[in-house]
Amino acid sequence: MNFGLSEEQGLLDETVRRFLVERLPVSRLRELREDAGGIDSDAWKAFAALGAVGCLIDEAHGGSGLGVLDAVVIATALGHGAAPLPFLSSAVLAPLLLGALGSSAQQKHWLPRLAAGETRVSVAASELVERRQDAGLGEAGGRLAGTALFVPDAPGAEAYLVPVGDDLWLVPTDAAGLEVRALPTLDASRRLAELRLLQVRGERVGAPGGAGPALERALDVARVILAADALGCSDRALELAVAYAQERRQFDRPIASFQAVKHLCAEMAAAVEPARALLWYAAHAFDESGASTPEGPAVLAALAKSHLSDVATFVLRTATEVHGGIGFTDECDLHFWFHRAALDRQWLGGPDKLRARAAALQRWGA
Amino acid sequence: MDLRYGPEYEAFRTELRRFLEAHRARAPKARLGEVLSIDPQIAAWQQLLIEHGYAARTIPEAYGGGGHAPDPLISVILSEEFRRAGVPAGVSGQGPDMLVPTLLEHGSEAQKRRYIPPTVRGEMIWCQGYSEPGAGSDLASLTTSGRVEGDTLVVNGQKIWTSTAHAAQMMFALVRTEPEAKKHAGISYVLIPMDAPGIDVRPLRTMTGHAEFNEVFFDDVRVPLANVVGRRGEGWKIANTTLRHERDMLGSAATSEGLFQGLLRTLEQEQVDGRPAIEDPALQARLAALQARTVAMRCHAMRLLTARVRGESAGVASLVTKLNGCQLNHDLAGFAIDGMGEAGTLYRGAERARDGGRWLFHWMFQLGLIIGGGTAQIQKNIIAERGLGMPREPR
Repeated sequence: MNFGLSEEQGLLDETVRRFLVERLPVSRLRELREDAGGIDSDAWKAFAALGAVGCLIDEAHGGSGLGVLDAVVIATALGHGAAPLPFLSSAVLAPLLLGALGSSAQQKHWLPRLAAGETRVSVAASELVERRQDAGLGEAGGRLAGTALFVPDAPGAEAYLVPVGDDLWLVPTDAAGLEVRALPTLDASRRLAELRLLQVRGERVGAPGGAGPALERALDVARVILAADALGCSDRALELAVAYAQERRQFDRPIASFQAVKHLCAEMAAAVEPARALLWYAAHAFDESGASTPEGPAVLAALAKSHLSDVATFVLRTATEVHGGIGFTDECDLHFWFHRAALDRQWLGGPDKLRARAAALQRWGA
Repeated sequence: MDLRYGPEYEAFRTELRRFLEAHRARAPKARLGEVLSIDPQIAAWQQLLIEHGYAARTIPEAYGGGGHAPDPLISVILSEEFRRAGVPAGVSGQGPDMLVPTLLEHGSEAQKRRYIPPTVRGEMIWCQGYSEPGAGSDLASLTTSGRVEGDTLVVNGQKIWTSTAHAAQMMFALVRTEPEAKKHAGISYVLIPMDAPGIDVRPLRTMTGHAEFNEVFFDDVRVPLANVVGRRGEGWKIANTTLRHERDMLGSAATSEGLFQGLLRTLEQEQVDGRPAIEDPALQARLAALQARTVAMRCHAMRLLTARVRGESAGVASLVTKLNGCQLNHDLAGFAIDGMGEAGTLYRGAERARDGGRWLFHWMFQLGLIIGGGTAQIQKNIIAERGLGMPREPR
């Protein structure tokens, strides 16, 4: 019995955190938020050199062949650093989909360059979860038409993976008839976009009608990754709140000595720690398809993301309150995590949607 | 991450399963939990368990146990398998779980030989005399006094929240024996026979409608001075070695898991407009939220178990079990009542009460546990101070 992170995973965590402190401190994020591109390609390449970008790519294709729990370790550190890096698209969704569905030529073409951070591929996954307003895509004769929303990390991507029903298509960024528009959200650390496709020729990935299970699994893994990101945001917010409470003095004493403030911090820690264990367990369920996780990976992914979203919402709001007035200002860095966790919460299924999914998967009342 | 126990532990589990299948007919019908009476069938069952190393496993042989080295994984397998088989495990409660470890660490040889063997055999029931009407969260302000007269301690005062006092032969109590000493240094850990003249036990009826607790009054109760464990004035230190253990028992993940499974069954069986209540999407959403918290506590327990096996500290995580677990249990029971609606308020004994009204009992009793064994607010002080390094409250 060994429930927890291995020594290697501890080292991985340290490596990523050190990289972010050196390469992408919050001051760099403040610069990037003024930049329409918003992604530091050199930093991404340097990050890839650590082996972190290829975590879910097999070694034969230049990746490091790690598991979902390793990716969760990385994602937690990225959340902790509010890192402006295209991890969800180019290190999770695209590698999983190309790895599961791509032809051997497609895999050879894309995976090694993805792992090396030399190219970026984004995925239009949002409509698989739910279609908002007029969004949605259709396909006829290999030509794609329609609108995809909330496509992550669009700036600088070389191609998009576009699911239509149970098919998956690859569309190069420079394809005729493709229009990409920025969708600015409250989170400055990740860039979302809207794709408008007007009879765009796509390249098929996988057999016709055969993408369903791989898409489901990739979405579930992405949810665990977003839950990990939310955990990292919560960890950072709690650290900032405790540090600020020790330093801020009112009534001639540090506010950390007031029980009202201590209890808020204790409540944050009490919410975060069991949630961390739930997250590790959900990740492990993908790596180890044994009977040791009776709920199964899909249910655990839904439970983990919905629960971590609520924990992060509580922690970010509470940490802001502990900071008082300064926490409400732009000058204080805390809002970067407040904003980031708010996007994590809605992305690829909010808590209500995912609880309904957990109920349906377990056939409650069926 | 590896959730397997390994071959030697699986062999232990298989053997235990075989044992339970073969001997379950001899098990007492008593419900799981504390033994509240001395019963020959319970004693015989306990004896059989001790012989096979399934009870009192880590107690030295000289004091009636199995003499095995402590192994957290074995303890978990034992509790899992007895629960699975629906067979009562070895005797538990304040005596085996709190007093025996204390005596093993701090007791005199005579105290160990006299008290540990009958306690582990289930032939001596203990109650804990700590809290007082004026000493709850500030336990060290307790005023029950022990006046030294020659080789005797004369005890006067009152204890409260004494859960098994009506059934117990013995009490381990905190008594102020050094009135001149500072608050924490004036307390002794004393073993008091419950049949001593001057002891009055009165049941304390609670909001649940049951009397799960008692009040115990002491009027010139004479106890041999030899019944002090450790040195006089060391009682606070000695009691603290086992208080932590009590906190981990409260809010255990197994209790939450059991309540969640029961809740699921209740919502499946409850008929609303001719359909099972669990078909209601609003209830499903709340159920999924509670399921996430329940699974989280299961995982949290595995994480702490791993830290124990490795001899490492789990840091702040090790301090949050009671706060989360008791709140979760209270919420699980409260949700079952919501799922039953008006029928959820039917009292035990009512013809239409579901599950004998046990959800109402759990709901209120778990609220009691949020308060008992260190209130939620005291838990938060501990988390903030020991876990997050924030300044201490004045003590």
